Amino acid sequence: MTYTNRADGSQINQPAASGVRAQSSGGSGKSQVNRLRGGQIDPQQTLSFSFDGKKYQGHPGDTLASALLANNVRLMGRSFKYHRPRGVLTSGSAEPNALVELRTGARQEPNTRATTAELFDGLVAKSQNRSPSLKYDFMAINDRFSNFLTAGFYYKTFMWPKAFWEKLYEPIIRKAAGLGSLSFEDDPDEYDKGFLHCDLLIVGGGPSGLAAALTAGRAGARVILADEDFMFGGRLNGETFDIGDQIGREWVAAAVAELHAMPNVRCMSRTTINGAFDHGIYSAVERVSDHLPVPPEGKPRQILWRIYTKRTLLCAGAIERPIAFENNDRPGIMLASAMRDYANRWAVTAAQKVAVFTNNDDGHRTAVDLIAKGVKVAAVIDTRTDAPRIADCELLAGAQVIDTAGRLGLNFVKVRLADGTDRNIECGALGVSGGWNPNVHLSSHQRGRPVWNDQIAAFVPGPDGPPGLTAAGAANGDFSTAAALKTGSAQAAAALSDLGMKASTIDLPETEDAQPNQTPFWYVKYGKGRAWIDQQNDVTVKDVKLAHQENYRSVEHLKRYTTLGMATDQGKTSNMGGLAIMAELTGQSIPETGTTIFRPPYSPVPMGTWGGRARGKHFHPTRETPSHKWAVENGATFVEVGNWLRAQWFTKPGETHWRESVDREVRAVRESVGVCDVTTLGKIDVQGTDAAQFLNKVYANAFAKLAVGKTRYGLMLREDGVAMDDGTTARLSEHHFVMTTTTANAVNVYRHMEFVRQCLFPDMDVQLISTTEAWAQYAVAGPNSRKLLQKIVDPEFDISNEGFEFMACREITVCGGLRARLFRISFSGEMAFELAVPTRYGDALMRRLMEEGKEFDVVAYGTEALGVMRIEKGHAAGNELNGTINALNLGMGRMVSKKKDSIGSTMSEREGMNLPDALNMVGFKPVNSADKVTAGGHLMTKGSPVDAAHDQGYVTSACYSPILNSSIGLGFLKDGANRMGEIVSLVSPLTDLNVDVEVVNPQFVDPEGVRVRA
Amino acid sequence: MIINHPLLGPRDAQEFTYLGDASLIDRPDWQAEDAQQQFYEYTYLRENPAGEHRELWFHEAGDRSWLVVTRNTLTHEISNVEMASDVARARGRSK
Repeated sequence: MTYTNRADGSQINQPAASGVRAQSSGGSGKSQVNRLRGGQIDPQQTLSFSFDGKKYQGHPGDTLASALLANNVRLMGRSFKYHRPRGVLTSGSAEPNALVELRTGARQEPNTRATTAELFDGLVAKSQNRSPSLKYDFMAINDRFSNFLTAGFYYKTFMWPKAFWEKLYEPIIRKAAGLGSLSFEDDPDEYDKGFLHCDLLIVGGGPSGLAAALTAGRAGARVILADEDFMFGGRLNGETFDIGDQIGREWVAAAVAELHAMPNVRCMSRTTINGAFDHGIYSAVERVSDHLPVPPEGKPRQILWRIYTKRTLLCAGAIERPIAFENNDRPGIMLASAMRDYANRWAVTAAQKVAVFTNNDDGHRTAVDLIAKGVKVAAVIDTRTDAPRIADCELLAGAQVIDTAGRLGLNFVKVRLADGTDRNIECGALGVSGGWNPNVHLSSHQRGRPVWNDQIAAFVPGPDGPPGLTAAGAANGDFSTAAALKTGSAQAAAALSDLGMKASTIDLPETEDAQPNQTPFWYVKYGKGRAWIDQQNDVTVKDVKLAHQENYRSVEHLKRYTTLGMATDQGKTSNMGGLAIMAELTGQSIPETGTTIFRPPYSPVPMGTWGGRARGKHFHPTRETPSHKWAVENGATFVEVGNWLRAQWFTKPGETHWRESVDREVRAVRESVGVCDVTTLGKIDVQGTDAAQFLNKVYANAFAKLAVGKTRYGLMLREDGVAMDDGTTARLSEHHFVMTTTTANAVNVYRHMEFVRQCLFPDMDVQLISTTEAWAQYAVAGPNSRKLLQKIVDPEFDISNEGFEFMACREITVCGGLRARLFRISFSGEMAFELAVPTRYGDALMRRLMEEGKEFDVVAYGTEALGVMRIEKGHAAGNELNGTINALNLGMGRMVSKKKDSIGSTMSEREGMNLPDALNMVGFKPVNSADKVTAGGHLMTKGSPVDAAHDQGYVTSACYSPILNSSIGLGFLKDGANRMGEIVSLVSPLTDLNVDVEVVNPQFVDPEGVRVRA
Repeated sequence: MIINHPLLGPRDAQEFTYLGDASLIDRPDWQAEDAQQQFYEYTYLRENPAGEHRELWFHEAGDRSWLVVTRNTLTHEISNVEMASDVARARGRSK
């Protein structure tokens, strides 16, 4: 067989030349003792791989599981709880047992299913959950104590003594839990996310899905056909049916070739539709490179697709259900359909001599197909007394398998014959068929419940599934190939007709059309040992009985109590059996008992795929200011504020501690002049004839009468009266204001203002736009700030104290004609300006200011120095606006105008917000100058007990003030405005902090405001 | 989810941020006799229906429209999408 990789990552499967006996071809030699002839593998090419360090060979087209079986390796894993030896149960994604670690080094991946891992040359696989080796596993001791380790063991056992949990039980359980191991190295591969749109999404590329795709594709609809397998064809790959005059896989190849040629059809193999979400959105994982040793250059390992579709057709087929019997978990015991898949598709048998245990005709087909491949079938054991003779081998009608033997792999099965006598049958593998369950999973992702179909004794998709989703083929309970083709085509045509598109059904070739004859048979009642239902989580028939006995009878309780269906396979082969046994115990019917809720994802998804490109520094966007590069060149240490990177301080040569840098920056600003990048502050442009009136609504204080050319501090409240944000707003002209917000709140404030504009005052003539990124803005602060600015502000603009007083604003030009905005506002308490220029000039302006400022020993200062100076000046910031603080607490109670309506004004008047002992913002200084004021510490009246009942407030901001040579802080103290000079205790019981601090005016520096007006 | 924007057509819900009950449009009159009580109810009391719910969504990664979306909280079915400013005007809001 050859594989053709197409540009879209999908592939065409072309049948291999059949009739070649693989054993005779070069390379594979005697090693593949269980390799048969035929199959959809390429026996001409040999691939080498290793499992647990031992080298084996397989062929292109193999999975790891089929290649191991070919090499007579049946033992592939150990179970989760009892460490029982296990082999494959299935041939696909439903696999509970054969979980392995794939690859080595950073690409090592635990818990991958050997049944879906495509073989490539050099593949390294390891078994897991065993020590020291798969054959000799110390933890298998658990199996000896299984009488104690039943359902609910942990709940019952690790209750007391209480102190033992954290120190003893949990570490032991943690060590024992889990399956594979991680490499603890960074994943070197890339993962992508993508978006697709279509008219019809077809989930599954078996006979029904292919018939649907042909129908919709020929009608010109935009179609996505997705299948988790690397080959389209579904069950046709594992069967020997003819379709019309073609053998099944030839029909598949022809259909796939036709679909590939249609530009309106996207065929996605290796793509699992993992979830059905609201309004026709589906998630899909495409395994782009998992079948290769490493992803090709520029290709991701996997893609997480988000598919928007108008209609969906679920053609996901059915999963065979096992029958539980004593010791039904030995390596070699598998689903009858898997045994058939391995023989027909992969030309492999798990053993030279096999048997089949079934309750329906389908199981007999396994015997027929294996006999045709030259495998000896010891017997077909059928639970029905009237079982038909279909295969040319011994038939044991009315018989049941009651036990098995073989420590690391099946040796023989013990059969209770119809006459009540027992007989041992020697075989190395047993195919088990208990009928089929339609794969309803996706149809129930939005809580729709599947409905019971008595004719097939199974659940089928219900009518309350995701809107726009219908099912066809085996997924809908139409099990025969003929029914799959017919319903696939018909449902596709119906879906398109629903969309107003014309489609005609395809010509239906003659093919297999067996009537389903499923009668329920869930478990063998003979035998006292353990009969396994959920092989991955080691749940037995007994555990279900115990759950029933202990009154965990709802299926959801059964699931949690026993862990049935909670493993990585999500109980695809086990849930049905468990709930059927519960139904029997309670005397309710199966539909009355119901299924557990199906949830996405359908099959496990690597964490890297969820993350996509959003990892490491790409976890969120990084915003850099226009002068970021200058800051990097000048020794800035950055801090993340929102998504912005802001310079925290600038380290000069010789400075070894951040405090040295910050203290220097603070002193320089207070003594001469400094420049701080304040571009990140939110800027909102407010324009319109009602702009002033609008600002009156969003700010608690009055703005309507603000003069043109002036700036005002504004306090914004939430409707409940709590402070939301603050900033300054400048009136550039009658109908044009420019607002600033704090960096962190810029987005929320803008959203809030649009809410006020659109939802509360829709007829106001006002427009808002965020201009945060349009302007680069720099604070120039310090006694020499005016002198520095005068060197670059164009001479026609008077910025003297008389011409441009405190809180003035003006549109000006700098550096010979560059348009700019100048605001005389101060956060530091010094004479200060903020100068804004169009973003692209930010870097040039920063360099120019630093060059021109040399004569004043200008410094650049970062957010730390900014913070120190605003604490020294007693300005509230984010630490103070903590979501519980109102205007009164901030000492701005009188700013909330009662003459007008603003957001939060009415609720500010509530009694509880105006109590006499309300918190007031005050300053703190340690009594002992060696002590520190610590943010987060709580305040207690001196001598009072230290507990919550006596809490007097807390400290929100603290720093070392190089101007006062002392630690200082800001915080909130009950009735603080009237407690100046009081000594209170600053405590933190968590850190044993307890120091005396004095309550002081929060304006430590220049309380009269002389300096800002200089 | 997909929200059918009245101006822009179907858009992924990821482009929007959610606020809550559309009753937030009905902000009380601050000069009413019982303004305190009305504002208390407006700010804190919400219906929590299992079924149709009119709610405010902001097209933040789009045209910055506030929308009133009528969504069934049980099925996520969206039966109506309106411009919030139109709804506000229809409910008597102006300046």
